[in-house]
Amino acid sequence: MHAPVQFIAKNMRVDLGLIAGMIREKSRVLDIGCGDGMLIDFLYRTKQCDARGLEIDMAEVTRAVTHGLPVMQGDADSDLANYPDSAFDYVVLSRTLQAVEKPQEVLRQMLRISTYAIVSFPNFGHWSLRLQLLLGGKMPMTKAWNRMWYETPNIHPCTILDFFNLCDREGYKIEQWMAADEEGARAPWRKSPALANLFGEQGLFLLRKA
Amino acid sequence: MDQSPIFAETAHQSVTFADGLMLDCGRHLQNLTVAYRTYGTLNAARTNAVLVCHALTGDQYVAEPHPLTGKPGWWNALVGPGKPVDTDKKFVICANVLGGCMGSTGPRSPHDERPGEPWGVEFPAVTIPDMVRAQKRLIDHLGIEKLFAVIGGSMGGMQALAWSALYPDSVFAAVPVACAAYHSAQNIAFHEIGRQAIAADPFFYGGRYWAEGVTPERGLAVARMTAHITYVSEAALTRKFGRRLQNATDLTLLGDRFEVESYLEHQGSSFVRRFDANSYLTITRAMDLFDLATDHGGTLSTAFTGTKTRFLLVSFSSDWLFPTAQSRAIARALNHVAANVSFVEIMSDKGHDAFLLDEPDFHRTLRGFLAGCAEHAKL
Repeated sequence: MHAPVQFIAKNMRVDLGLIAGMIREKSRVLDIGCGDGMLIDFLYRTKQCDARGLEIDMAEVTRAVTHGLPVMQGDADSDLANYPDSAFDYVVLSRTLQAVEKPQEVLRQMLRISTYAIVSFPNFGHWSLRLQLLLGGKMPMTKAWNRMWYETPNIHPCTILDFFNLCDREGYKIEQWMAADEEGARAPWRKSPALANLFGEQGLFLLRKA
Repeated sequence: MDQSPIFAETAHQSVTFADGLMLDCGRHLQNLTVAYRTYGTLNAARTNAVLVCHALTGDQYVAEPHPLTGKPGWWNALVGPGKPVDTDKKFVICANVLGGCMGSTGPRSPHDERPGEPWGVEFPAVTIPDMVRAQKRLIDHLGIEKLFAVIGGSMGGMQALAWSALYPDSVFAAVPVACAAYHSAQNIAFHEIGRQAIAADPFFYGGRYWAEGVTPERGLAVARMTAHITYVSEAALTRKFGRRLQNATDLTLLGDRFEVESYLEHQGSSFVRRFDANSYLTITRAMDLFDLATDHGGTLSTAFTGTKTRFLLVSFSSDWLFPTAQSRAIARALNHVAANVSFVEIMSDKGHDAFLLDEPDFHRTLRGFLAGCAEHAKL
């Protein structure tokens, strides 16, 4: 059904390439936290998608619209409720879940307004974070988790296993999942969530309602 | 007070529709004249037309010197060759609104029943949708089936919204700037002060000032001064004038004037030379009456059900006349019907007037949006 990743645009953040690989041609897409709109531009140009963006940072929104991309300023926590049921085929939440106020509600809204939800997040279960906490006794700092605990916008860190559990509890069907390294190259622990949780720097999930 | 020369003699490019126009109020205007200007060239497929809608006291002279004041077009920075609304590529149309005083049918036009005299205060109440219906007649007359874009700020933004609600299939892209889907109580209140000032002018003569050969200049000037304060921000006034005095360094309490006072005075007195008091009453009332949700069963999103129009909403951070929350409410209503909507708030300390001024972020945004739309429209 969903073809494996075919190719990745050269100058695109690589995990966006993995996400784009999950999206079918000519589908309706909403990218939440779309930044300057790189993914929606890519989806429009290579897959003829009707792709739109929602972004909280006004400077990024202005940059996106200046490039002719349909992006509006808004907030994942409060603005998804405005969309009608099944308005989209895919809603993408890339590296944003850990920063929203109500992750559970955001996921519910995503799967209300869209058939599929694509979610990526930095994995708090990665071995280097575990090791830092174990040996140093302090909140770990990595490339993905690079802000002090008192100023980080990432208020809801979770692990890949945590996310599996949430999907189970909410009754979401995981159509596809993968762990990836920080650069977004796909990591090879597809059979074992436990290993993926230890070695994957980020998790990427394609969900739908069961 | 000296009376300014009456400006009726100025000839405006216009088209007259002999069958008139049915108005929202139920009255039928027997004659409808729409004065307009165009810039650029309509392409063979007639797909590159952009309608620019002017604000309360604007007019059709959007990108050329004003015939009465000689000042540059009011959106000169935005419309012209190579500008964000590029007249090298687009055919730009701007029409004087219904009720206006620059050539379109309004209170200064001949009365339907008594052609020897102007309508004056007897001119029927018009609405923003009425203005749009008049513009639609012009667009039809020009042989344009679908506008590439409708763009407008303030009351012009209201017209852009009304266009996309009334004629969704005739609008590929809509850009309502610094506006709202309804006129707020605060805005109506400010308009009422202006109207009261005009009515209180002894030269108003119950609206029949034209018969006396005078104009209620003082009242109209006060209306303009009041309105002007709502167009700027406190920060902009402080930056421009602060507490500086006119021709003095220290307060002497002997007839000293603050710079801001003489600035407002100038705004008022230059305005009365180009604007008709009865038009001001008519158009401010049209803005007050605007409430797109009420026109659509009380739910704003219903106005846009099924729309395929691409929207760009723009607000300015220091605009307290049409605050960002108003634009956001429109964006949310458009989300309700899964419309294609872009929405930006431009950081500016210049208040509502920012939409008319040099705001590079706004100009870049509009240029980019139109370029994106042109790509989707295969222009």
